[in-house]
Amino acid sequence: MAAEGPHDMTGYIKHHLEHLSSGEGFYALHLDSIFFKLLLSLVFILIFIGVARRATAGVPGKLQCFVEMVVEFVDGLVKETFHGRSTFIAPLAITIFCLVFMMNFMDMLPVDLLPAAAHHVGIGHLRIVPTADLSTTLGMSICVFFLIQYYGIKHKGLVGFLTEFVTAPFHAEGMVMKILLAPANLLLRLIEEAVRPVSLSLRLFGNMYAGELIFILIACMTLGASTSSGMTYVMAPLQFISGFVWTAFHVLVITLQAFIFMMLTVVYLSMAAEHH
Amino acid sequence: MSITITLLIQGLAFFAVAWLVMQFGWPSIMSAIETRQKKIAEGLAAADRGQKDLDDARANAHEIVKEARNKATQIVDQANRRSNEMVEDAKGVAIAEGERLISVARADVSSEAGRARAALTQEVASLVVAGASQLLKREVDAKAHADLLSELSARITAEAR
Repeated sequence: MAAEGPHDMTGYIKHHLEHLSSGEGFYALHLDSIFFKLLLSLVFILIFIGVARRATAGVPGKLQCFVEMVVEFVDGLVKETFHGRSTFIAPLAITIFCLVFMMNFMDMLPVDLLPAAAHHVGIGHLRIVPTADLSTTLGMSICVFFLIQYYGIKHKGLVGFLTEFVTAPFHAEGMVMKILLAPANLLLRLIEEAVRPVSLSLRLFGNMYAGELIFILIACMTLGASTSSGMTYVMAPLQFISGFVWTAFHVLVITLQAFIFMMLTVVYLSMAAEHH
Repeated sequence: MSITITLLIQGLAFFAVAWLVMQFGWPSIMSAIETRQKKIAEGLAAADRGQKDLDDARANAHEIVKEARNKATQIVDQANRRSNEMVEDAKGVAIAEGERLISVARADVSSEAGRARAALTQEVASLVVAGASQLLKREVDAKAHADLLSELSARITAEAR
């Protein structure tokens, strides 16, 4: 067994990091990420719309209370951060927060549970955490990127939006200095704009991917264990303890990452709406 | 891949965390929710109470105003009646006083007239006596004709009446 260990482990890890996909190369669709993201979106929509439709002005139920608390929390943050008038940003922030949290939460489920279940119905590969897939996070951050541009144009007009590309962050007095600083401004601005979606998506992806990987590594402790081996009796409690600790710690990470993704989106949008 | 000890331990770890959350996270969330519900319920009840109090107060005020209006009407009526009475009284008193004055004046006038008549009678009597004595060219003996004279005087007096 011991000799087979490393080989098994590599196979196990590789197996876990492979998406259920269709298509090749650029056209590969990560069906598992899409499925779970849609499923969780549906759950989110059903809960929120269900609560909203049954919302009462009287004493609210526990679920309505919970939803209200989330809404109030996010709405407060948005009001503090975004000073313009917008009916769109708070709902966007709530959606991002809840959805990212729910997708992150899939990481809490035992890492072998759903893949093993899928295996029994004939699905070979399954990754259940959509946010541990760069396609998901990058997709979200690209949406945020386009929203940033939209809000910039909406609040400053097309001319103001475009002039800001060459007049900020370095402000200059006089025409000559302005022209001299324009290339530097343009360069910095382009880099800034490009970096935002990348950093936003990579931060979330990195955290969730690493979290998942650690769950997989913890799972490796008892991989291929047998009752005849003494190591099993040492590794099993160890796996339980490390799994417990990491899960408990990861609860904080997933919440924090969801919060960061939402907060940065709001901050970027408010920056886009403000004049420099 | 099948069910292995790895999956079982993963499940145990998951439930351990779930238990932890149930034990320490859930109650605080629930208590926050319940506090909120209670606060909302209390707020609504207080609002209801306030509304009811306001309605009561409004009804009360309405009642009081109505009563006051009634009382005011009553008072005005009473005052009117009283003033009418007073006017009537004053009229009665004035009439009585007037009548009294008139009767006093009448009495005065009649007594004055009596006195004047008596004086006139006296004068006429004396004039008659003087005239008669002149006619008779002699002194009427008052003594001798006293009866005659007094009778004359009485007749004049009677005549004058």
